Amino acid sequence: MASIFQGIGAATSISSSASFDTMKLQFSSPRSISGKKANCVVMRSGGAKMDSGSSRNGGRADQLVTNAVAAKADTPAASTASKPGHELLLFEALREGLEEEMERDARVCVMGEDVGHYGGSYKVTRGLAEKYGDLRVLDTPIAENSFTGMGIGAAMTGLRPIIEGMNMGFLLLAFNQISNNCGMLHYTSGGQFKIPVVIRGPGGVGRQLGAEHSQRLESYFQSIPGIQMVACSTPYNAKGLMKAAIRSDNPVILFEHVLLYNLKERIPDEEYVLNLEEAEMVRPGEHVTILTYSRMRYHVMQAAKTLVNKGYDPEVIDIRSLKPFDLYTIGNSIKKTHRVLIVEECMRTGGIGASLTAAITENFHDYLDAPIMCLSSQDVPTPYAGTLEEWTVVQPPQIVAAVEQLCR
Amino acid sequence: MQFTPIQLYKSSTDQVSFGVELVDSPTSQSSIAQRRLFPDLPFSFSPPLFFIVFIFILYLFHFSFQNLQPTQPNPTMALTRTIHPHSLPPLTSSRSTKPSLFLGSTRSLLPTPTPIHSRNHTRSISSAQRRSAVAANVSDVKLKSTSDLLVTKEEGLEVYEDMILGRVFEDMCAQMYYRGKMFGFVHLYNGQEAVSSGFIKLLKKEDSVVSTYRDHVHALSKGVPARAVMSELFGKTTGCCRGQGGSMHMFSAEHNVLGGFAFIGEGIPVATGAAFTSKYKREVLKEADCDHVTLAFFGDGTANNGQFFECLNMAALWKLPIIFVVENNLWAIGMSHLRATSDPEIWKKGPAFGMPGVHVDGMDVLKVREVAKEAIGRARRGEGPTLVECETYRFRGHSLADPDELRDPDEKARYAARDPITQFKKYLIENKLASEAELKAIEKKIDEVVEDAVEFADESPAPSRSQLLENVFADPRGFGIGPDGSYRCEDPKFTEGTAQV
Repeated sequence: MASIFQGIGAATSISSSASFDTMKLQFSSPRSISGKKANCVVMRSGGAKMDSGSSRNGGRADQLVTNAVAAKADTPAASTASKPGHELLLFEALREGLEEEMERDARVCVMGEDVGHYGGSYKVTRGLAEKYGDLRVLDTPIAENSFTGMGIGAAMTGLRPIIEGMNMGFLLLAFNQISNNCGMLHYTSGGQFKIPVVIRGPGGVGRQLGAEHSQRLESYFQSIPGIQMVACSTPYNAKGLMKAAIRSDNPVILFEHVLLYNLKERIPDEEYVLNLEEAEMVRPGEHVTILTYSRMRYHVMQAAKTLVNKGYDPEVIDIRSLKPFDLYTIGNSIKKTHRVLIVEECMRTGGIGASLTAAITENFHDYLDAPIMCLSSQDVPTPYAGTLEEWTVVQPPQIVAAVEQLCR
Repeated sequence: MQFTPIQLYKSSTDQVSFGVELVDSPTSQSSIAQRRLFPDLPFSFSPPLFFIVFIFILYLFHFSFQNLQPTQPNPTMALTRTIHPHSLPPLTSSRSTKPSLFLGSTRSLLPTPTPIHSRNHTRSISSAQRRSAVAANVSDVKLKSTSDLLVTKEEGLEVYEDMILGRVFEDMCAQMYYRGKMFGFVHLYNGQEAVSSGFIKLLKKEDSVVSTYRDHVHALSKGVPARAVMSELFGKTTGCCRGQGGSMHMFSAEHNVLGGFAFIGEGIPVATGAAFTSKYKREVLKEADCDHVTLAFFGDGTANNGQFFECLNMAALWKLPIIFVVENNLWAIGMSHLRATSDPEIWKKGPAFGMPGVHVDGMDVLKVREVAKEAIGRARRGEGPTLVECETYRFRGHSLADPDELRDPDEKARYAARDPITQFKKYLIENKLASEAELKAIEKKIDEVVEDAVEFADESPAPSRSQLLENVFADPRGFGIGPDGSYRCEDPKFTEGTAQV
């Protein structure tokens, strides 16, 4: 059983920077099954570094992130200068990860609408076209299905493209290519062709963007066999997941969130790559397991403050990997707390929460003391009006109420 | 409906000469149509006389247009073609009036001792806007090659063998299907062999081919062994895709066959991507000699699909080394091309996007080969994509499950008379490139190859359960971490195909 630090409790420290004070850069040997990751530290969830040769149980959770909410008002300005690492915003972290990978491997290229000269609609690719040229950072015409297919064809013939959907919702137009070609070609070709693409883009409910720009596509893509889905939520895991996704030989869909691009955090200077299939322990606790991802993580952490004041001790896990689920982290947590609350931004019907509920029921039913509660967005096209929009997504008071009900 | 066999329209800003001299023949019928209706006259007519002359001129037009009605197809190879300039109305002044030329389809081939049959049909087009005016009749063109013939003996035999392989293989597929050895949707290529052999035999091994569900013969032409294809059709583990793809998903990494796609149009972006890689390798990775070309084969139905147009745009925009080959067999299952398409002349869609559009007789392998040489040469030189429309026909139904009731038996008979294999055999024999005996020997050899393929496929094992979960992910860690903490793919039952994922 993985050891979990409990004493650190509710101290709010800046993100994962606490764990890096004691971290030494070292070349860690890869796990038996992973590939060649000799040059950088492979960070396991929450910043625990991997010891060479250690089993999964021993290597995990040496140092946990206690409160991974990226600092908004909590950062005392004076303390940042002396800490190692550098501070940046989430979209800059994505760009850093992307740039490092493009530097490392000349076959990595970017294609999408306005990624080149415009620098990306959320500035994730700013400056890259000037540095790498128009062919490597390709401004495509507005033809999602075709340029996604083009990226897939390029991946089959040796390149490693990153396909950007200006908004995740636009990738609905590319569903044919994503489902049929991206997910299936490795299998139907009998393993002859691999599709190492990364499909990324901002999704989620923003600030009054209207129904069509506020879609959550993770629910539509999740049953496509052959693809992996990850959702980033902090600058730290954004960069790590971006790098991991690019290095992965599988097609990976990286979900970013429109409202999280300006989160600031201090991330390490050293190169690091996160594990695509792992979940992140945000806050260890005893009473209830709260599973969440992307923007809802922050609503949950906000609710967690209230809950702590009321005397509850929630364990918050950012599942990060939407497909496949990290049932190990989740299972360990459930075995400890026996109560599960899922908080997600997906719709109620057929969303990630629905799948997660099914997976947990299947695997950990005996460990549950209460039915699984799942808080999702309403099955409503996101309204434009601010008040209505607020009511379609899960808000912290609802989370507090749900925990209180679960722990009764 | 007969198609005019020519033409290429490049964009008006491109004036490319292919080194061909055309001789304008003033005696052609076309000169009539070039006359303006109301020429400037040096003197004035009185109105009644003018009216009479006007009616007379109309009568002359009517007479000449009658001569432009479609004539019966000539089963022997036509060696001259008429050239058409832009068929847009004369009011679009941005278009140049000088016809652009595409070498492979517009030159007339050097006169041989055998008589030349000229083929002067045009389609009668209903709208006046699309009425193409015949401008010139090419009667004498100087070719650069020294030989009179289009293929050498070796090339001819190679192409013939390939076409016979395609035909015999597909016939065997039909037999095997009805014997219950293969299931599902099987789409046969009988009748269209000229397109596959005409194009693919000119490619190198590194060039890529992307096809649709009618892909058996494309895979065979590209070099995938008949054994591998037949095993794949039988669903055996020795198939080119380990039995996991089937008839509609023929892939070969070794021979650069990028599929085999079940949905029409979804292979075209993949082909565009392969061409993009070729350009990327040359320009970003600095592999200066990378001139790999990609061929995308698809049908007339696909030419109405959005992905087709989107890729035409991108390929022309970035000058990708790709050739879009439309195998226009006039039928998309039961939907006639003419009922589905506003402008049935698919080659015209090329110039709209800034690339050459060529129409060629797809039942004649040598014509296809000439056009293909030109298009592939263009792509290799970095001049960009080409759209080639091959007028062809499938002798069988859309698939083996198609009763094929809608097609007119006369139409089928007409095209059967233009069987590409018979035509080419005749060409080889008449031009002394091969003897009957040699061709018979090839046919016998192919029969043996296909028989052997069937035997091999029969004897091959079906995939075991262990194959179920392999190949879903290139990196099987994608199945995730199980409740016990280890990756699902590390579960010993994973290789047995029984692991919970």
